[in-house]
Amino acid sequence: MDGPRDPLSSRAWRALTYGVPLAFLAIFFLYPLAAIVERGLFSGGESSALDVITDPVTRDVVWFTVWQAVASTALTIAVAFPATYVLGRFAFPGRSVVRAVVTVPFVLPTVVVALAFLAILPESLERGWIAILVAHAFFNVAVVVRVVGTFWANLDPRVSEAAATLGAAPMRRFVEITLRLLAPALAAAAAIVFLFSFTSFGIVLILGGPRYATLEAEIYNQAVRIFDLRAAAVLSLVQLACVALAVWVTTRLEARLAVRGQLRAERDVLRKPRTLGEKAIVLGGIGGLAVFLGLPLAVLVERSFAVGDGHSLEAYRALARPTAALLATPWEAVVNSIVYAGAATVIAVVVGGLAAFAVAGSGRRSRGTRLFDGALMLPLGASAVMLGFGFVIAFDRAPIDFRSAPWIVPVVQALVAIPFVVRIVAPTLRAIDERLRAAAAMLGASPGRVRREIDLPIVTRALAIAAGFAFAISLGEFGATVFLARPDRPTLPVAIFRFLGRPGEQNAAQAYALAVVLMAVTAVSVFLAERIRLRRGGWI
Amino acid sequence: MTPWHNALVATVVSALALGAAGCGGGGTPTSVVLVTHDSFVVSNSVKKAFERESGLKLRILQSGDAGEALTKALLTAGNPQGDVLFGVDNNLLSRALDGDLFEPYESPALADLDPQYVLDPEHRVTPVDHGEVCLNYDKAWFAERGLTPPASLEDLTDPRYKGVLVVENPATSTPGLAFLLATIARYGKSGWQDYWRKLRQNGVLVVDGWEDAYNVRFSGSAGKGNRPVVVSYASSPPAEVIFRTPRPAEAPTAVVESSCFRQIEFAGVLRGARNEDGARKLIDFMLSKRFQEDVPLSMFVFPVVRDAALPPEFERFAVVPSSPLELPPAEIEANRDRWVGEWTDLVIR
Repeated sequence: MDGPRDPLSSRAWRALTYGVPLAFLAIFFLYPLAAIVERGLFSGGESSALDVITDPVTRDVVWFTVWQAVASTALTIAVAFPATYVLGRFAFPGRSVVRAVVTVPFVLPTVVVALAFLAILPESLERGWIAILVAHAFFNVAVVVRVVGTFWANLDPRVSEAAATLGAAPMRRFVEITLRLLAPALAAAAAIVFLFSFTSFGIVLILGGPRYATLEAEIYNQAVRIFDLRAAAVLSLVQLACVALAVWVTTRLEARLAVRGQLRAERDVLRKPRTLGEKAIVLGGIGGLAVFLGLPLAVLVERSFAVGDGHSLEAYRALARPTAALLATPWEAVVNSIVYAGAATVIAVVVGGLAAFAVAGSGRRSRGTRLFDGALMLPLGASAVMLGFGFVIAFDRAPIDFRSAPWIVPVVQALVAIPFVVRIVAPTLRAIDERLRAAAAMLGASPGRVRREIDLPIVTRALAIAAGFAFAISLGEFGATVFLARPDRPTLPVAIFRFLGRPGEQNAAQAYALAVVLMAVTAVSVFLAERIRLRRGGWI
Repeated sequence: MTPWHNALVATVVSALALGAAGCGGGGTPTSVVLVTHDSFVVSNSVKKAFERESGLKLRILQSGDAGEALTKALLTAGNPQGDVLFGVDNNLLSRALDGDLFEPYESPALADLDPQYVLDPEHRVTPVDHGEVCLNYDKAWFAERGLTPPASLEDLTDPRYKGVLVVENPATSTPGLAFLLATIARYGKSGWQDYWRKLRQNGVLVVDGWEDAYNVRFSGSAGKGNRPVVVSYASSPPAEVIFRTPRPAEAPTAVVESSCFRQIEFAGVLRGARNEDGARKLIDFMLSKRFQEDVPLSMFVFPVVRDAALPPEFERFAVVPSSPLELPPAEIEANRDRWVGEWTDLVIR
């Protein structure tokens, strides 16, 4: 069918895919952050920048922050790997349920998870770096399972099978073929887990005990407790530099490791476990993860039913009633959360989707594209406290007095979700066989039509998965929501926090009940997002 | 146009529209904005009463914990986010006053106030509530062991009470800081270090925040931990009655009265407020009986107005310490960071 010429010529498309994400990042991230850092450096605090950098305390904090983040990333990948393998290779009943449920820990407020961990960890492990690493793995398993698992499930197994026919041993096949093909997705997942662990705050304070502090915790300490904004600004620059370095390394790796032309539809890749051994692997991989994630979650569920010495549904019934802890009923908080998260998801999928096309597009991996790609990751590693302060001074004059505009909440949530969308969509786009595009072009399709007819159908599945993840991230987002949400429109994490901050048994039970509701909303919405497929969806 | 393009345009347009709506215009203000911390709560009926009486819509803007809310106010001094700031306590008062945040306002309602709460003679801030940070203990735990509960700070250094106490880190927690200040008020600027050395020897447990200490560690709360003494509030025992099913006849926890440190929360008209007149009305309202009688059950603090009635549970189970420990705000501001640093070296390192 010959339609009119596509309105989005290649040049306009490029401008759109680079321009929109860059503008978004510049306005809602770089500008406020620069505003607060500038204020801190030039007019706040007693310490000189040099003092802060050379202070041995800073050195210790940076060292601890870096090594715990590296160790957390390694542990997370190790813990997630068996289940990722199972999800990437096998079709089995309940597969999509597993994928949805695994996301649940990722959205839970850190305080709630930390309290659950304290309840199950043996006292000797309770406070210290082991507890920190285990909790980070608990939170971030979803990142590895979903980012790597999605990619794995589209990897053509025939290459590996061919090698097997040629006599390559299983281990060698795994290392030289599978791992090699998975490398870009692994690098992407590792980058995200690293950034989350790097900027970890609540987990480190609660589970690490008073001896441990990350850069983020120290920034908070300087900015809020001591009110030395200069020290806080210097530290947040140090943090940003570390983050930029980590991002630079991983985006380089990711781009260098990308291999084209290896993607197949999930249904062609996945197969039912055949032998007893394979069945055992599926059971073991999923079961092991279920125990690791299930124990802390079970504690939360149990607590939500605890009333006095027995158990009842009282805390759940109370969710529909007005409460002194909030200006709304807890159920209204559920609705608010869904509305905010829905808006954030739309923003994240549009902006992040465009960015993914820019990052993966054109086949050339220029330095500029790498820089662009890395810049989009920065919000994950920037100081949430400083960004919050940046917002109140950056957008403080008409016509841009956004400080209390309700739409700022989904915008900030989207800032955190965009890197995920890019990370999930870009590897898939990159791996689309260039020959397919070339063939279409040769047959006379315009660039816009190639995108519509070839890229979009293939990428829809990845986009839907990214949307589910973005929704979950926004549901659980706490930092931005707490300083911007209005009390008559509380979100779920805010409501949980309010109940947890009040003495009395019923308040505790209600906090845990809301955490269980948050888990359920997350699991269901992620599950539904994955059902979305384009009707004409090609081979994915 | 691709579906994407449509979505994008829609997003940008609605963002701009909302932005314009958020800016508002000139003219007579129809609302008053209260900037406060996360723990602020007011009953819906009380909020509506203010709106009805003043004809102004009350918008509440929560900006993080008390420290973050103050930091944001300091960053926007002169061009504030709202009209009234509530939630500066005596530990942070000097910082707020030094930052020149407020326009003085002497509310006529101050006449009803117990004058001991008025700490700023220039009335840049007005006291709204007070709450005491006190040691709480689990009555049953001590009864089961036939042990007398501790009655003073001194008792906790006694080997009989080894391993009973959990406190919050003063570097990360407001009640934790208040308890450190309590020991400084009690033992003096050169004596408190020795007291904490003894506490450390006696197995004090330091945790990050109140949620962890009270909900997980403390044996008298839902978490059923293994520490029967915790740093919490004078209002915690009535809460353990109100929020328990079935309601117990007696409070399961009690307060060590001589350990209490006073915290007063203040409100002030922000300099540069868009609705200064509304701000004054709001401060007057916060001192009205209606608002004052609402604070115990909404925020678990005590009213500062003399004739505000307490809820029956507070009458029966709460202790209002007659002479709580106190320190002058200027002294706290001058020494806070040093004290917390010394404490960290002493207790944690």
